[in-house]
Amino acid sequence: MIRFDQVTFRYADRPILDDASFTVPEGEFCLLVGATGAGKSTLLKSVNGLVPHFTGGTMSGEITVAGRPVRGSTPADLADVVGYVAQDPLAGFVTDDVELELAYTAEQLGIAPAAMRKRVTEIVDLLGLAEVRDRTLAALSSGQRQRVAIGAALVAGPRALVLDEPTSALDPGAADEVLSALHRLVHDLGVTVLLAEHRLERVVQYADSALLLEGGEVRAGDTGRILADSPVAPPVVHLGKLADWPGPPVTIRQARREAGGLRERLAGLAPAERGGPSAGPALLVAEAVTVDYPGVHAVDGIDLEARRGERIALMGRNGSGKSSLLWALQGTGKRSGGAVAIEGADPGGLKPVRRRTLAGLVPAEPADLLYADTVAAECEAADRDGGASAGACAKILADLAEGIGADTHPRDLSEGQRLALALAVTLTAAPPLLLLDEPTRGLDYPGKAALARRLRGLAEAGHCVAVATHDVEFVAEFADRVVILSDGQVVADGPAREIVSASPMFAPQVEKILPGWLTVAEVAAALGGADGGR
Amino acid sequence: MRRAHPVAWWGWALLLATAASRTGNPWLLALIVAVSGLVVTWCRGDEPWSGAYRVFLLIGGTAIAVRMVFYIVFGGADGATVLFTLPEVRLPDWAAGFRLGGAVTAEGALAAAYDGLRLATLLVCVGAANALASPRRLLRSMPAALYEVSVAVVVALSVAPQLVAGVARIRRARALRGTTGRGPAHFMRTVVVPVLHDALDRSLALAAAMASRGYGRAAGIPSRDRRATSAMLLTGLLGLCAGAYALLGSATPAPLAWSVLALGAAAAVFGIAFASARVPHTRYRTDRFSGRDWAVVASGAAAVAGTVAAAALDPGALWPAANPVSMPPVPPVAAAGIIAAAAPALLVPSARTAAAGRPA
Repeated sequence: MIRFDQVTFRYADRPILDDASFTVPEGEFCLLVGATGAGKSTLLKSVNGLVPHFTGGTMSGEITVAGRPVRGSTPADLADVVGYVAQDPLAGFVTDDVELELAYTAEQLGIAPAAMRKRVTEIVDLLGLAEVRDRTLAALSSGQRQRVAIGAALVAGPRALVLDEPTSALDPGAADEVLSALHRLVHDLGVTVLLAEHRLERVVQYADSALLLEGGEVRAGDTGRILADSPVAPPVVHLGKLADWPGPPVTIRQARREAGGLRERLAGLAPAERGGPSAGPALLVAEAVTVDYPGVHAVDGIDLEARRGERIALMGRNGSGKSSLLWALQGTGKRSGGAVAIEGADPGGLKPVRRRTLAGLVPAEPADLLYADTVAAECEAADRDGGASAGACAKILADLAEGIGADTHPRDLSEGQRLALALAVTLTAAPPLLLLDEPTRGLDYPGKAALARRLRGLAEAGHCVAVATHDVEFVAEFADRVVILSDGQVVADGPAREIVSASPMFAPQVEKILPGWLTVAEVAAALGGADGGR
Repeated sequence: MRRAHPVAWWGWALLLATAASRTGNPWLLALIVAVSGLVVTWCRGDEPWSGAYRVFLLIGGTAIAVRMVFYIVFGGADGATVLFTLPEVRLPDWAAGFRLGGAVTAEGALAAAYDGLRLATLLVCVGAANALASPRRLLRSMPAALYEVSVAVVVALSVAPQLVAGVARIRRARALRGTTGRGPAHFMRTVVVPVLHDALDRSLALAAAMASRGYGRAAGIPSRDRRATSAMLLTGLLGLCAGAYALLGSATPAPLAWSVLALGAAAAVFGIAFASARVPHTRYRTDRFSGRDWAVVASGAAAVAGTVAAAALDPGALWPAANPVSMPPVPPVAAAGIIAAAAPALLVPSARTAAAGRPA
């Protein structure tokens, strides 16, 4: 169905694909795996010609989809054979209403109105959008929006569907909705799906096969075999390798069947305690904080206390008020009521320069913080902004990440490096409270492990670190305390192990296989095997 | 209740801008700004682009300031009342007509202020259109047969709303960073450049998404026809620009300017119609131009009619002399026309009360 024949692609001086040849057979749900920056997006976009039409670059070789050569056609010409769903559905919406959005592609292809109405209705039913059919796109939840984006790509009846990280911005529940809808499409319509995703733990169980993109080369094969030697793999695969399970298993169900022996070996052992907060007075005291927007109480009377040394994860569905809370705690965001005190001072009443010495916030789009042309200039500006001695920011950056060229443009950095730079800029003001909004989007497993390690180091150095995130595996590695929000209120607050074990939605993979254990590293440490972790 | 059609809003705003371009009377210009402000406050929604009006007010204010600085430094109209004198630099003969520094007169300053106000009013009208018209619905109303030009059209139509949404985000991020620098150069580097960068990125992403959904398809149409359409469109647009420039300027006789404008419009419309007829394209639900939309456009036309009538009755009142300095008169007919352009505030329901009744 999708065939790459000796495809080589390079930007001026950067090779991306090197003689890639593979075939995705008809009706298959194929997962594209690779580290951050391996070129997954480039490969996906080349399927419908967005690469090189919208990006430039030199391409050789032959790509065909359903027998149609991609070379010589524009993405618009291929709209009837390939549906493409980008990462952020809102950025690609053309209209304001669900129905019109769904019909857009069919309109462009000139499908007769009667047939179009029938197709839209079919798609609405297939994707479970019936109750939101008449709404505006702005009124939808993020999971519903992503399903509309998928439906909109499907209306013209394409043979192949290409998705670039469709669940990375979604909470676990919404991600499940989207993926099971996709699964149904593969079965009911026989659409061929090619999907890239960093959070493999969410998608692996749906995939029939996998492609591994590494160093510009592509390897195709069975999901288990590909993941076994991939640089990025979900925790269950690492656990399987640690315990020498055959396969290794890629899903929780497969792993549970093998887990009996390991459970016996672990009987009587307990994971190492996670370091708690330091003694002393609370660093942050928030009382009855509310944030109201027209028509919504985004944060609805939250009380929160935090001490130095704590590693807090704020979890909850999209729209549960996590970001609004972070911004209100930092003081730059809106606060409609309640009181916040950091080391006794209310950050909302301070000047920005003073405020950031109390609480630093890395926003969901770390690039927003940056404005200079080079990393070196960015660091110098951060020293000036923070009133720090020259070279302070550069030194923090060097501790956080290695090998960032001082002359690189911040936009050319990888996701992980850019996050490290934004973090270094924030830390230049030496705030005791560090807040991060959804930092793991776009990070692969090694990147997330590195981030968890850095944040643990900061907490040990006396910072209090609070992270708003959907990423359950990251929480398992990073947090010692978990706060769950729902509709702007705290519904659970306690030690990480207790809270995540109590909820199937927020439990990491290892906990589902070995109750009481959160990460592969914990299991490896308990078994005395030093090589099991990541 | 459905909002007014974006094309109606653009028509209304451009007609208001046309009225502004036909007068240098500060009362009328201020009235146009007030009317557009009233309609925007009353009719805009809660979307990210709704803040566009304020941004364009700011840009308009900057335009007046820049015009004044230019007058003070490079000179222009002169008068008898000297306010202060700057050291003057003698320029060589080939630059005759220009000066650097020298006397700054009240009459010259007033003329420059009128001129700047006119430009600012034009900008504010564009801002009103951006705040009122949903760029998404406007995109949907664009002809499908633009092919290669389609990416440029998407970027052009969507970049201003993206800018407005980006400004708020970037400013918040600057506060997080505690950026302390002041001054226009610093603002340019830390806010304007990142916002522009971001807005262009987002517009291109939208264009890519639309392309992968089939917008601008050329399947089956010979490339010769496509090139002919593009050439026709470009010629038409060039004609439109030249015509508009000639109309605004005073050097070209009006009949010539109008005919260039009409020819340009005809070429563009013919090009689009010629191409659209060949592209298979259907509508799920037609976005009809209702009576109310026509009324919105008509109210904008009233402002133009008012200035045209005033020009016939008393041309001096539309272009009040700055020399000698005097209180400019208020031409009643033109003012009445402009006030009529506030009608959408009554005709179109406030989008925000409509949004509040919507299920969340």
